[in-house]
Amino acid sequence: MKSEIKNLPWTALGPWIALLAACSFFATQSDRFLSAENFSLILQQVMVVGVIALGQTLIILTAGIDLSCGFVMALGSMVIAKLAVEQGWHPAFAVGMGLLVTCGFGLLNGLLVTKAKLPSFIVTLGTMNIAFAVTQLYTSSASVTELPEWLTALGKTFEFGSAQVSVGTCLMVLLYVLAWRYLSDTAPGRHIYAVGNHPEASRLSGIPVERVLLGVYVLAGFFYGIAALLSLARTGVGDPQAGQTENLDSITAVVLGGTSLFGGRGIILGTLIGAIIVGVFRNGLTLMGVPSVVQTLITGVLVILAVAVDQLSRKGAR
Amino acid sequence: MATEQIVFEAKGLVKRYGGVTAIDGADFSLRAGEILAVIGDNGAGKSTLIKALSGAVVPDEGEIILDGKKMHFRSPVDARKAGIETVYQDLAVAPAMTIAENLFLGRELTKGGAIGRMLKLLDKKEMLVQATQRMADLKVGIRSMTQAVETLSGGQRQCVAVARAAAFAQHVVIMDEPTAALGVKEGNMVLELIRRVRDRGLPVILISHNMPHVFEIADRIHIQRLGKRAAVVNPKKITMSDAVAVMTGAKLPEEIAPDALA
Repeated sequence: MKSEIKNLPWTALGPWIALLAACSFFATQSDRFLSAENFSLILQQVMVVGVIALGQTLIILTAGIDLSCGFVMALGSMVIAKLAVEQGWHPAFAVGMGLLVTCGFGLLNGLLVTKAKLPSFIVTLGTMNIAFAVTQLYTSSASVTELPEWLTALGKTFEFGSAQVSVGTCLMVLLYVLAWRYLSDTAPGRHIYAVGNHPEASRLSGIPVERVLLGVYVLAGFFYGIAALLSLARTGVGDPQAGQTENLDSITAVVLGGTSLFGGRGIILGTLIGAIIVGVFRNGLTLMGVPSVVQTLITGVLVILAVAVDQLSRKGAR
Repeated sequence: MATEQIVFEAKGLVKRYGGVTAIDGADFSLRAGEILAVIGDNGAGKSTLIKALSGAVVPDEGEIILDGKKMHFRSPVDARKAGIETVYQDLAVAPAMTIAENLFLGRELTKGGAIGRMLKLLDKKEMLVQATQRMADLKVGIRSMTQAVETLSGGQRQCVAVARAAAFAQHVVIMDEPTAALGVKEGNMVLELIRRVRDRGLPVILISHNMPHVFEIADRIHIQRLGKRAAVVNPKKITMSDAVAVMTGAKLPEEIAPDALA
């Protein structure tokens, strides 16, 4: 444990510095920013993108990328909402079906990447459009309201000191801790890093590279399904247009969190910080009265900046 | 010194790629406890021969015999399971991972108990202890097993790859150009390590273009020419230029002094 900490690259500090800088800036811009109330709000706002970014991190660790994540999440949430509200399914079965759909999309992405040997960028660009279109066709672009209480339970909050903490936020943190320990303490977890770092060496070492990749895409799909549930719980509506900002924001979170787009390097807890940074930006900019289109513009700049800083720092380290 | 006992051999291997015959009835034999160098001009079938021995290529004809048993390797994983470890030229290590992780890559030690086995929980402490022990056994002077391989020099990285192969090989270690792309000092460091692997009883097959290295370290030299084994010579009884002459066809094996053959 001690040696692990000693061997962390100094870049592991980067996300914390960025978070601190962002917070200091917004604190000077708005009196309301630095309050326990506001921070608990930010944590509630990031739970959807945070859980999507878990799946995104796994895929980026294998040197892939997922451009379909937010749209797959939206489809999953609509499947859950429609089955539970319109078809009268028990919420548990509806959730199960939603997870099946998101995992199915993960499997489809994974099969196209491993069996058809297509680049993940193109594959997921395609499935992004497919997932979006399927969602619109399935729902006729109409939202689903009056969700059963069962589905919004994760959005409930409880008092923690002077802050309101949501159950969903706790679930997100728990998933991060589990994913972190899985990646660092188990053989299959280390294989994800190995496959992303040097696929050929991994294959020659007897690691089943294709199976690892398939597993990663399916697991990512599972996280998108959980995110779908969180999205329903947070907003109380099944929105077929959901997930569009989360799609790019999840990549921003991963990169801000210090995971290399070239695969094999990164710490998943950094992604959580990255997601919070994204949340802090959106929240801070809203408090400053910046219109949401301009916020999108700024987050676009942010992701390019994060990749650029990451590249430069890695070059400097060599 | 090497005994006469043959541990690994191949008879009449043939491999064709379309109309091209890469190896054409090649024989091969490795004795216990020796370093056997394999040399040959480009196109002599040297690398196809080695790929067949390490499982990377399935020969069309001929047989491969390990410890008296016929082998049918369909992949490098098969060969590895049979106890043949190969160190590949392009440094088959994951640079961002630690030395200990690389040593155990693909065969991590896991904790005992039902939960440990089910989740494949890593026994990091034990891997660290064994990694340190193995590197010390082979006198590889690297202090910390928890540093990333990319922080090492090229020679040190190659030492990690060699140590890994030596640690897990039951029968044979195959090394494909282990000193290519290394400086003089680093190359010598790797040669020294290969010798120590041999001295611990593991026979080594060494593929190299570097004649001085071959002559410095090999017990016998297998000369591959035109898809066949042209001769096996004793580096102590043949000059480098004669070996190269046989390799290029400037001299026939029959023209070599009989006592230089091994």
